[in-house]
Amino acid sequence: MISKRIKKVPPSGIREFFDLVLGMPEVISLGVGEPDFITPWRIREKAITALEEGLTSYTSNQGLLSLRKGITNLLEKKYSLKYNPEDETLITVGVSEGMDLAIRAIIEPGDKVIVVTPYYVAYPALVEICCGKVIYLPTKEGDGFKINLGKLKSLLSQNPKAIILNYPCNPTGITYNRKELNQIWNILSKKDIVVISDETYDELNYDKAHVPFSSLNRKAKKKTILLNGFSKGYAMTGFRVGFACGDKEIISAMTKIHSYSMLCGPIISQIAAVEALRARKEIGQMQKEYKDRRNFIVKEFNRLGLSTVKPQGAFYCFSSVKKYKISALDFAKKLLLQEKVAVVPGTAFGEEFNSYIRISYANSLENLREAAARIERFLSKL
Amino acid sequence: MDEVLEILENNARISLEDLQKLTGKSKKDIERIMKNYEKKGVIVKYKTIINKQKTDNKGVVALIEVKIVPQKDVGFDLVAQRIYRFPEVKSCYLLSGTYDLLLEVCGEDINTVASFVSEKLAPLSSVRGTATHFMLKKYKEDGVILVKEEKNQRLPIAY
Repeated sequence: MISKRIKKVPPSGIREFFDLVLGMPEVISLGVGEPDFITPWRIREKAITALEEGLTSYTSNQGLLSLRKGITNLLEKKYSLKYNPEDETLITVGVSEGMDLAIRAIIEPGDKVIVVTPYYVAYPALVEICCGKVIYLPTKEGDGFKINLGKLKSLLSQNPKAIILNYPCNPTGITYNRKELNQIWNILSKKDIVVISDETYDELNYDKAHVPFSSLNRKAKKKTILLNGFSKGYAMTGFRVGFACGDKEIISAMTKIHSYSMLCGPIISQIAAVEALRARKEIGQMQKEYKDRRNFIVKEFNRLGLSTVKPQGAFYCFSSVKKYKISALDFAKKLLLQEKVAVVPGTAFGEEFNSYIRISYANSLENLREAAARIERFLSKL
Repeated sequence: MDEVLEILENNARISLEDLQKLTGKSKKDIERIMKNYEKKGVIVKYKTIINKQKTDNKGVVALIEVKIVPQKDVGFDLVAQRIYRFPEVKSCYLLSGTYDLLLEVCGEDINTVASFVSEKLAPLSSVRGTATHFMLKKYKEDGVILVKEEKNQRLPIAY
């Protein structure tokens, strides 16, 4: 009954571990990929008002023009990056839908897509659902989990149709500065390749200003599909609002699929998102807290001997358990059972990351401190 | 506001070690910064917010609006000083609007507050009138919500 294409997509290898966590009460979870903040009140209040006013209809397929305008204005203000809200911007149901649309809009069966590892779990699966072929570009702790330019160059000989970039990155938290992005673009520009740039953590960037890939130059902009959304920076995961900006031909193709499959994003969420764009102060406060926690957890983990590349953004760190000669899954299982602390085994983000764990520091300082103490106790018994 | 101040405003009991880890500053620097703030009177006091509704020593709190006659040359300040020196007065603010001072007054029970008003405050020659409001319930204090807290409904694990 199930299509061969879908059957071929492997289920998540650590489902069993997730079930173990879900079944265990009173766990301190450092495994959550979403903010621990509740959506700022002014945003929630706007959604409530919209409901009271009876704003419960569809919107245009592309989404509310006021939201698209708000987004393009902010991009221009923050990054001097200009997109036309009329035909170069699409409101999606989270960045997840944006990624799905981008891949579906450009990938023919057999087309190759470069996925940088460690990767966000959805990328390879979405490419495979479209009958595309994933080619992996591995990064290493020794390179600070950044793209190795030589390796990138060599993969281009396989004529990939697209590359998926994600920075600040889930799961490593690393990001790229303008110089590094230019180096990547110089290599990519030699080929006709689409850059799908998932920049969903752009608001959570702690050391240097974020640089969107499409802001590098005009040619890069034409070749890039910029994906972003409100889930992470604005603590609005459940609202499911994302957006895609890009060349109007690509946006139009993505809108076509979106109009048949999703029709439009939920109006209440879109109205809330318009308000979110004005909540700069609240966003800044959350960002500051994440930064403090990042400093705290990286110091603690390195002290405990879990070597950790300092993340510059998002709310994750990708720490090595190599020193303890134990697999990531075993480490995570034992830590959960012995000390009730949940982390995600690195294999979820690429099978070669069998000695890494992903830690989310989207958690209160008290919990982070307690988790660090429990991990210290756990390590002393290993 | 400075990062150290922001953290302390939220948690005055935070250890120097944690402050160090959070800000990336050295222990010495943090001690120097804090001393400096204390000296300048930016940091006035390290206090604890207690939800009295949950203790057995409840007492009563009243907000009292006071209309006063300003005095020549010194305006409201001298009258205010006369009033805020009463130990019963926990806070004292000068306001614009229909009355001049707003006092927060604490007492063991309604009678204590009532006698403070009738015997100490109202008889002052510069006080023209008072209106006392007894506090019934505190929902939020100093930015902290005292009633049932919102809980994040996150799943314990997600990508």
